[in-house]
Amino acid sequence: MPVSDATGLDVEAIREDFPILDRKIGGDVTVPGPDEDDDTPLYYLDNAATSHTPRQVVEAMTEYYYEYNSNVHRGIHSLSQEASVAYEEAHDRVAEFVGADGREEVVFTKNTTEAFNLVAYTWGLTELEPGENVVTTQMEHHASLVTWQQLCEKQGAEVRYAEIDDDGRLDMDDLRAKVDDDTAMVSAVHVSNTLGTINPVEEITEIAHEHDALSFIDGAQAVPTRPVDVGEIDADFYAFSGHKMLGPTGIGVLYGKEGLLEELPPFLVGGAMIRRVEFEGATWEDLPWKFEAGTPPIAEAVGLTAAIDYLEDVGMDAIEQHERELATYAYDRLSEFDDVEIYGPREGRGGLVGFNLEGVHAHDLSSILDDHGVAVRAGDHCTQPLHDVLDVPASTRASFYLYNTREEIDELIDAVDTARQLFA
Amino acid sequence: MSGSDMYRQQILDHYKNPRNYGEMADPDFSHVGENPSCGDTIKVDVKLADDDETIEEVSFTGDGCAISQAAASLLTKELPGKRIEDLHGMDTDDITEMLGVEISPMRIKCAVLARQVAQDGAKLYRGEIDEKDRTITEE
Ligand SMILES: Cc1ncc(COP(=O)(O)O)c(C=O)c1O
Repeated sequence: MPVSDATGLDVEAIREDFPILDRKIGGDVTVPGPDEDDDTPLYYLDNAATSHTPRQVVEAMTEYYYEYNSNVHRGIHSLSQEASVAYEEAHDRVAEFVGADGREEVVFTKNTTEAFNLVAYTWGLTELEPGENVVTTQMEHHASLVTWQQLCEKQGAEVRYAEIDDDGRLDMDDLRAKVDDDTAMVSAVHVSNTLGTINPVEEITEIAHEHDALSFIDGAQAVPTRPVDVGEIDADFYAFSGHKMLGPTGIGVLYGKEGLLEELPPFLVGGAMIRRVEFEGATWEDLPWKFEAGTPPIAEAVGLTAAIDYLEDVGMDAIEQHERELATYAYDRLSEFDDVEIYGPREGRGGLVGFNLEGVHAHDLSSILDDHGVAVRAGDHCTQPLHDVLDVPASTRASFYLYNTREEIDELIDAVDTARQLFA
Repeated sequence: MSGSDMYRQQILDHYKNPRNYGEMADPDFSHVGENPSCGDTIKVDVKLADDDETIEEVSFTGDGCAISQAAASLLTKELPGKRIEDLHGMDTDDITEMLGVEISPMRIKCAVLARQVAQDGAKLYRGEIDEKDRTITEE
């Protein structure tokens, strides 16, 4: 695969670090892994669902398991010390990467979804009062939307959805109108996983703060793809997932302002999050451990650290630019088909393009693309209410990352064209 | 087996020109079902012969992916002349045979939706299962 990049990324060298990109597909999918019937090169354009893992990350986790695997925070023995250092420093590394003030503000969760639930179960159940409201948007992922919807129902609060305009941008006037003095929380996705829209999260946070509300930004698609500084955004909470940023599954991050986390009750209780337990009661560990009950994802934290090292080596600015270039290219090539409808704006878009081919269900399209080795997401992308607004049952989404090339987008376009002709 | 292989002429033909499409005026039973993974919906209307056993006529309406709609269209041609027992005896292999292509594991639910709707409709008609509003595929 030739280097195809005007943005300075050495894509060819990057691809060398991702063995899975050399895989062929087409054989028996009921048995995991390659088989002799695999004959089609893979063009992986489903990075918004999950990204691939470079050798460096796998090797860091292997080293952990082979050399210093141990439980953390409890052993006096050497391996436990080493594992604890690695696990704690992973928090520092994440804090530095997203501009948090320190490890106290970085809670490891299972994923973005758990980060939302953590806030709902701690802040929501104790602070959100009947008659108050949570303002979110029509383009939220279910991780956010369902969490707020269910929390509000439980608390007798109201959930409000700021609307999108015809281009798939957030209607900021509508958002502003929906936030009032009864608003306790404003929550918005940073980069939409369906529309690709990049939301003005600093402005959104400012609106929240003007009304003494908190802000919670869903950074699942943002942290992997662009420089993010939670301090600059001034968000009260911010969440993302390791597996979408070259890291392993099983680890996510909830950023929260220290003073705020300090005030919240714990989420899950049990081992590791307590300071002192008596039969009559218990006291809690310091931040962030108060929110990390039980044996945490230690190997995953080591992997996440290696993933951040990898991303910073490449450079988040360069990755952002590469994504923008690929998204614009895909947008323009798909626009050449007049029977393709693209969702979301052309400008101000992250590295993904959601679309539909007229008269062809997204799942049919994606089956045909799969036959060409092109892996995309088809369905509702966990944004069913947004699809209701778009008035389509499903869409197809191609999403790009640092190892993708224009040539892979050309494969996508060829495969879409094949589908058009089949269904014509 | 691969995507385009699923989209052979027969499936595309039945998707683009569904047979027996539309609501029946006086069906003996009707039933509705959905496949949430694709958002496919199918309604099947069935008319029985005087013996109350033999399927005389089948029609369908629906919306969704090519596999689900083509399978429904083909089923409306397959069932007339068969008995309700035969319908209940139909399994997934019978459906893929009827479709004439192998269906990838990710899409089996689409293929079997119409069959399941017809089967549940027949069971309801005979009082063999409790009233349920919709059939949801879960192969
Ligand atoms: C915008 C957005 N929010 C939340 C999530 C949920 O992430 P996870 O499944 O890792 O919890 C995703 C990913 O699917 C996403 O794209």
